[in-house]
Amino acid sequence: MLQYTIRRLFSIIPVMLIVSVIVFLIVHLTPGNPAYLILGEDSSPEAIAQLEKQLGLDKSMAVQFVDWIKNILMGDLGQSIYSSEPVIQVIMERVGPTFSLMITAMSLTLIIAIPTAVFIVWRRNTILDPLFTSASLLGASIPEFWFAMLLVLGLGVAVPIFPVAGYVAIDVGLGDWIYHLILPAFVLASVEIGLIARMLRDGMLESVNQDYTKTARAKGVRESVVLMKHVLSNALIPTTTVIGVMIAGLLGGTVIIETIFTIPGIGQLLIDSIHRRDYPVIQGVVLFIAVVYVFVNLLIDLLYAFLDPRIRYD
Amino acid sequence: MLEVKNLKTQIDTNEGIVQAVDGVSFTVRAGETLGIVGESGSGKSVLANSIMQLNPNPPTFYPEGEILFEGSNLLKLSEKQLRKIRGNEIGMIFQDPMSSLNPVFKVGAQLVEAILTHQKMSRKDAKALAIELLKDVGIPDAERRMDDYPHHFSGGMRQRVLIAIALAGNPKLLIADEPTTALDVTIQAQILELMKGIQKKYGTAIILISHDLGVISQMAEKVLVMYSGRIVEKGSVNDIFYRTSMPYTWSLLRSLPRLDGVEHERLISIEGQPPNLVSPPKGCNFHPRCPFATEKCLEIDPELMPRKEGHWVACILTEQEFEAEKQRLESADREEVL
Repeated sequence: MLQYTIRRLFSIIPVMLIVSVIVFLIVHLTPGNPAYLILGEDSSPEAIAQLEKQLGLDKSMAVQFVDWIKNILMGDLGQSIYSSEPVIQVIMERVGPTFSLMITAMSLTLIIAIPTAVFIVWRRNTILDPLFTSASLLGASIPEFWFAMLLVLGLGVAVPIFPVAGYVAIDVGLGDWIYHLILPAFVLASVEIGLIARMLRDGMLESVNQDYTKTARAKGVRESVVLMKHVLSNALIPTTTVIGVMIAGLLGGTVIIETIFTIPGIGQLLIDSIHRRDYPVIQGVVLFIAVVYVFVNLLIDLLYAFLDPRIRYD
Repeated sequence: MLEVKNLKTQIDTNEGIVQAVDGVSFTVRAGETLGIVGESGSGKSVLANSIMQLNPNPPTFYPEGEILFEGSNLLKLSEKQLRKIRGNEIGMIFQDPMSSLNPVFKVGAQLVEAILTHQKMSRKDAKALAIELLKDVGIPDAERRMDDYPHHFSGGMRQRVLIAIALAGNPKLLIADEPTTALDVTIQAQILELMKGIQKKYGTAIILISHDLGVISQMAEKVLVMYSGRIVEKGSVNDIFYRTSMPYTWSLLRSLPRLDGVEHERLISIEGQPPNLVSPPKGCNFHPRCPFATEKCLEIDPELMPRKEGHWVACILTEQEFEAEKQRLESADREEVL
């Protein structure tokens, strides 16, 4: 297991290298010039040329890339063109809200999806099952931004239960923190709940008439235990893969949700930096998201071994 | 101890209602072994699962009949009362040991669960008892193997574990649904020996379901022969194997490969397929495949009637008619060989 983990960690290197090339190319091949944006439309070509030189943008792309990679390896993601702060610092300031949002959304998803799936499977021969299937499809098809607007209008404006926007750090107050996160997290979760619950339901229905389930029933184990222990534990294995993908989806979803709810997170930072053509920050943020994604997937793979004893990585 | 009276089990399928078990009656006395034989699809497994109502419900229903276990009708019990019987009074072993243990839990934990479901004791005591049970069913190094997962065990060893699970509540009746079908022959013999040993030690009654006539003849004292959800012949093991009085049983026995000199060119099979149970044939269910069939068999659906003391047969042929026809068919078989 340890060996496998180490091997997996090393395999991250080529992945990250490829990611960084793509990130660099996307940023540098998109039209738009940061020097031009900083100095404004009326600036003289000389001034722009001088600023480009200052920012290192006059060098060839290959040289810029090598410089960038060299600095990353030394732990330096560069400086924001916009605020002159180190990129790492800029990102770290924004990590808190984004992770808070993701963790809340994921907890909400699991807290709602797992009991729903168990309940639906328990009542599998009733009208509830087809109703649930349609509902989950609906949940997965509703666009996030539209649902967010709807919730804000409903629960923020018409019946002002929740704040319409903003973020409060966890060290300011746990209650306030969660209070501001519930609406945006619920919007993020809405897509995933249907997906995960559906996945779990399918897995459980497959497991519910398996031989080992019959063995458990023949032991005299009560049906609730059969479902929650024997059936669920087997259905969770394939669902875990989806949860891994879901976390990645949440990272993407935060870009929209943070903008709507004005949460100062990574997603908002990315959008702002793109508007400002702040190359170092854009590169840093995308690289950061890639790192998170790769590590989440590694974690999921390790979780597999824990959930399914038949998988052993050695 | 167990008395099944006119049990009917129906399965609601897309094509219609299947009479999987159609008016079956039999008794099992304490300590005895009842064998149930029949082809695939004859309803023997549905019957076995019906006793503790382990058929998925819906689509399986029990519209008629009684299953009396020590006086109480299992079909009338609540789910909660039924749970007290399952795994405690009646244990069950299934056909496929490879898929009958939950792959994600340790073998010890699955055995301990069976113990703690019915007995009030500490987890530590349950573990000790589990180790005893594993030793009892012949698992070497039982203590260490408690922490192994099912995939660490071979098929035969898994079946032993499943027997240990079935024995956890010290049941009075053990239902074994094709317990050796998925195992190879040497392991089969070991598992059958083990079951015999358990019966001797604890006085457990056994219902043994198999399509293997050899297994049944070795193990059972009484035998039921099933065809399309009904019992077509029942009697002592000698009645069935040496005083066969029913064309279907005779056909089953005839299809066994023989090692005693009479060598056939080809194995003899029973022509055709078991009937469609949604719309069974008119008259006797077996008549389309029966070498003894006459005109009358198209009309009359024979009931299971006593022929001799304890020997019941569902066939319109009298003993003399059956014997005469049997002689003719057997001599024809011999001629074919020559």
